[in-house]
Amino acid sequence: MAKDYYEFFCPVKIIAGFKALEHIPFELSSHGSSNPLILTDKGVKGAGLVDTVLKALDAADQKIAGIFDDVPPDSSTAVVTSAAQYYRDQKADSIIAIGGGSVIDTAKAVNILVSEGGDDVKKYSGSGILKRRLKPFFVIPTTAGTGSEATLVSVIKDDATGKKMPFISHFLLPDAAILDPRLTISLPPKITAATAMDALTHAVESFICLAKNPVSDAYAAAAIKKITANLLNVLKDSSNKDGRLELAQAATMAGIAFSNSMVGLVHALGHNVGAVSHVPHGVCMSILLPHVLAFNLKEREAEIGDLLLPLAGPEIYASTPSAQRAQRSIDFIRDLKEHVYAAAELPRTLEETGSVKRGDLPKIAQMSLDDGAMLLNPIDATYEQALDVLQQAF
Amino acid sequence: MLSLPKELDDVDYNFQRKYVSGMMKLIARLLQAGSEVDEEIKKEVDNLPDGYLFRMDAAPGNPCLMLQKRNGTMHIVPDDSPLEPDLRISFKHVTHAFLVFSFQEGTATAYANDRMLIDGDTGLAMKIVRSLNRVQSVVLPKMIAEKAVKTLPDFTLFDKLNISAKTYGKLLVNLVKEI
Repeated sequence: MAKDYYEFFCPVKIIAGFKALEHIPFELSSHGSSNPLILTDKGVKGAGLVDTVLKALDAADQKIAGIFDDVPPDSSTAVVTSAAQYYRDQKADSIIAIGGGSVIDTAKAVNILVSEGGDDVKKYSGSGILKRRLKPFFVIPTTAGTGSEATLVSVIKDDATGKKMPFISHFLLPDAAILDPRLTISLPPKITAATAMDALTHAVESFICLAKNPVSDAYAAAAIKKITANLLNVLKDSSNKDGRLELAQAATMAGIAFSNSMVGLVHALGHNVGAVSHVPHGVCMSILLPHVLAFNLKEREAEIGDLLLPLAGPEIYASTPSAQRAQRSIDFIRDLKEHVYAAAELPRTLEETGSVKRGDLPKIAQMSLDDGAMLLNPIDATYEQALDVLQQAF
Repeated sequence: MLSLPKELDDVDYNFQRKYVSGMMKLIARLLQAGSEVDEEIKKEVDNLPDGYLFRMDAAPGNPCLMLQKRNGTMHIVPDDSPLEPDLRISFKHVTHAFLVFSFQEGTATAYANDRMLIDGDTGLAMKIVRSLNRVQSVVLPKMIAEKAVKTLPDFTLFDKLNISAKTYGKLLVNLVKEI
């Protein structure tokens, strides 16, 4: 049946492939920018990734305004304000974010302040507050997972209250995302695995939740196919450049999908496992995904069954009777988790994380009911149901 | 040039605006009554800060419903109140609100279909969303409630009739008090 109505929006230019970094000077000049500020964190800089980008810029005589590398893993309003001040002091005219989710989210918030003026980013918190284009903004992801380079959201902690504030606007989307395998090739296996499972969850949830639409489905299915075809190869051989590029593209495509179709119960539970027990987001996603699919099975059997094609390929899909496809999709993801554990020791259960206590589960279940991701899950989980899923994942 | 078939072109926006306005008034009164007599809604409202103001409207702002938590229950606030809401749910067009209030499109589906914007603290918004779902599940016949909400609560027919009677009863009492 045709979808009643949907909207899809992604104006981000994707610059992907080998020697993609060398395209940045042209992109800057085409946006009238000559003095970009590089925003990153100390880990990325220490790993030499910023130097790799600078070399590509230097070769084209592209100057930079400076490097701000004080972005912590959990960015806050104070960091945004000081980064915006640095941008102004250096008379920068654009932003290049090099990093993972925190760096990219911080850069989006900094772009609000340097474009709109002022020091109080809080007043732009919420949905649709921004009404005009911001400064030229480019993102170079150094993980293949969050998809933040293709999403319209930034989440920043308010230093005054400790609460996380969402900023939601199409104007936060970068002008271009640059995906170059040189930026992800040095990722350790465990982070590679966790971020790829995060991207897989984005794609799967966007494919089965209520806001799914034909265009986001196409991105999600392509992302799933790339992840299942390449993740284990990359974990076996981390220098596999083709595989790295495929995973980076998959993460961006999954980001495009879920930015338009949103996510569901895996994220509602995972956000709160992360908040209570400080388990990395990708690890939570990987652990919870098959359990939530089993929970959603009765409402989404056809959609979960359709996932078998991108997950397992045409031979397995064709040889599986349609009534068994949904269960086979879930089993495939369970098997994938086992292989990923064997290759990268990514925890398979909440207990294996060593951080989650069984006694924390009721609190996590209760908090998850108030998570916005619950809105578009096919089933409104009750407290008892959320707790049951967590207990199975334990 | 061919003209549109009558059933596609014949949209009476004026009727839709009046219908939505009436339904919003009814929902506001039911939610107010539910916050006084339905244990599930009372639990949700207990966890809202006192003074919390919720507004639902259809662009450009009318028709609308506004409810505020005062002394533990929800109270109707006049449409023209200058108070800034803590949570605003805005339908992009009156016809989108009509789809929801005539039960042609569920609330969650309407959100999934980008028919509305939700602006406010998400955790608190979820309590309002659950309260709205609860009141619809209680007062609507099952066949209609299934279209209005994503997941019906697991209650018996007796429970449904019992809570429904209490909610409507309280609504009437509140109306009489105002006369």
